[in-house]
Amino acid sequence: MEDMSQYPLELTGDNIPMVRFMNVTKRYGKLTVLDRLDLDVATGEMVTVIGPSGSGKTTVLRMLMTLETINEGVIYVDGKPLTHMEKNGALVPASPKHLRMMRSQIGMCFQHFNLFPHMTALENCMEGPVQVLGMSKQEARKRSEDLLDLVGMIEKKDQHPSRLSGGQQQRVAIARALAMRPKVMLFDEVTSALDPEVIGEVTNVIRDLVDKHNLTMLMVTHQMGFAKDISDRICFFFDGSIEEQGAPDALFGNPQRERTQQFLSAVKEAG
Amino acid sequence: MGFHWKWDFTWEILPRLLEATLNTLIAAGAGYAIAIVLGLVLALAQRTPYRALTFVVREFVEFIRSTPLILQIFFVFYVGPQFGVRMSPWTSGMIAIGLHYSAYLSEVYRGGLNSVGKGQWEACTALNMSPRQAYTRIIIPQAVPPALAGMGNYLVGIFKDTPMLSVIGVAELMHTANAIGSESYRFLEPYTLVGVIFLAISLPAAGFIRVFETYVRRKLGLK
Ligand SMILES: Nc1ncnc2c1ncn2[C@@H]1O[C@H](COP(=O)(O)OP(=O)(O)O)[C@@H](O)[C@H]1O
Ligand SMILES: [Mg+2]
Repeated sequence: MEDMSQYPLELTGDNIPMVRFMNVTKRYGKLTVLDRLDLDVATGEMVTVIGPSGSGKTTVLRMLMTLETINEGVIYVDGKPLTHMEKNGALVPASPKHLRMMRSQIGMCFQHFNLFPHMTALENCMEGPVQVLGMSKQEARKRSEDLLDLVGMIEKKDQHPSRLSGGQQQRVAIARALAMRPKVMLFDEVTSALDPEVIGEVTNVIRDLVDKHNLTMLMVTHQMGFAKDISDRICFFFDGSIEEQGAPDALFGNPQRERTQQFLSAVKEAG
Repeated sequence: MGFHWKWDFTWEILPRLLEATLNTLIAAGAGYAIAIVLGLVLALAQRTPYRALTFVVREFVEFIRSTPLILQIFFVFYVGPQFGVRMSPWTSGMIAIGLHYSAYLSEVYRGGLNSVGKGQWEACTALNMSPRQAYTRIIIPQAVPPALAGMGNYLVGIFKDTPMLSVIGVAELMHTANAIGSESYRFLEPYTLVGVIFLAISLPAAGFIRVFETYVRRKLGLK
């Protein structure tokens, strides 16, 4: 058993990060996917995770979305433990109730959109606000229509996902996640399943969010140019830990570690 | 002897058989209603994280599916009273046939539920839905269309199995045909009519189920 007393019950002081991974380890059976990961994301910061396939990038986002449990360490969101909760002055694994309370601060977009196929674009966006937040239909509709407008999908609001292109579906998925008003947004390779000619319509939406909204974002992408443009910080993952991180200009322009250099030149060659 | 078809006799017994048909339809409908609800409970119980519950329900479903319906009907009707559970033929029959088909329907539901991708569950979690909301709003509506064909087959199946209820004295179609036969010593007409009535209901029902399936898919906006 891990000694939980090494972790604070909550984060205190100035400059509490919006997200903190503290000593987080994730294993699947014998395979250690993340090894004692420490990672902070400041409020309003846009952090992009890059790295070779299988290095654990998706796992980081999935743990934060509570789609996976962790084996060691603690994740904090806005200073409060997410993966754990306080009981009699000590941290214990989070109950479903605690997870539901904490999860409301986080939203996620997936590589394969995962829209609800039996609902229209508008209904997809309204579902969370009405069912989970208990909002009136009228209010949820207003909020959803505003967001569909933001992502340029208002004209298609009554279409089912099967009638939309990949890029359009992903924009609806972004609106759906935003409708829950999360503090932290997670994007897992949201352009990887898209045809090259529609990638721009999705990246432009994310660009817009970065410019105009004070969201904290954690993104995994293979679009290096896009990452360089919009990120405050880049983390290069290798084999389940952060090999190198820094400002986009520094990391892309002058990588210090050999593995980073190799990865970046391999990506450049691939186009 | 009775190798000649008698039309006057046919017309004479038809009203009685049609009346019994109503009982057959009620038996099939009531049994199916039980099976639809109980089947869902059995399917969902096998998806809970409670290992012991999952195991017991799984074994129960296997047990029901590997023993004959007629045995289950006899069991409920004749063995029940020995444990102080005395029920009318109708009640016993509905319990037995409903239970039997709930096991089959639970398998159909399981297939439907498993056909909904993991990504849908993840989207539900990302929207912070409770498991109950996820099931009722997202997962079950998508599990229904792929399950409809199987559900339809078992609706026709339960209808065709209702004659077995005659063995414990439920006054459905078969029971009535038997009664007519032993009263008049003529079996050709009543049994033929029973066959025709079953055919006349089963065939359109199968067609209707296919149309209904298409309708539901369209209604849900699925392809
Ligand atoms: N459910 C799982 N069971 C077993 N291994 C898994 C599972 N999910 C991911 N992995 C493994 O964890 C490692 C990291 O996966 P992932 O985070 O998806 O990598 P990335 O997104 O960087 O490509 C990979 O080796 C992958 O095979
Ligand atoms: Mg990945």
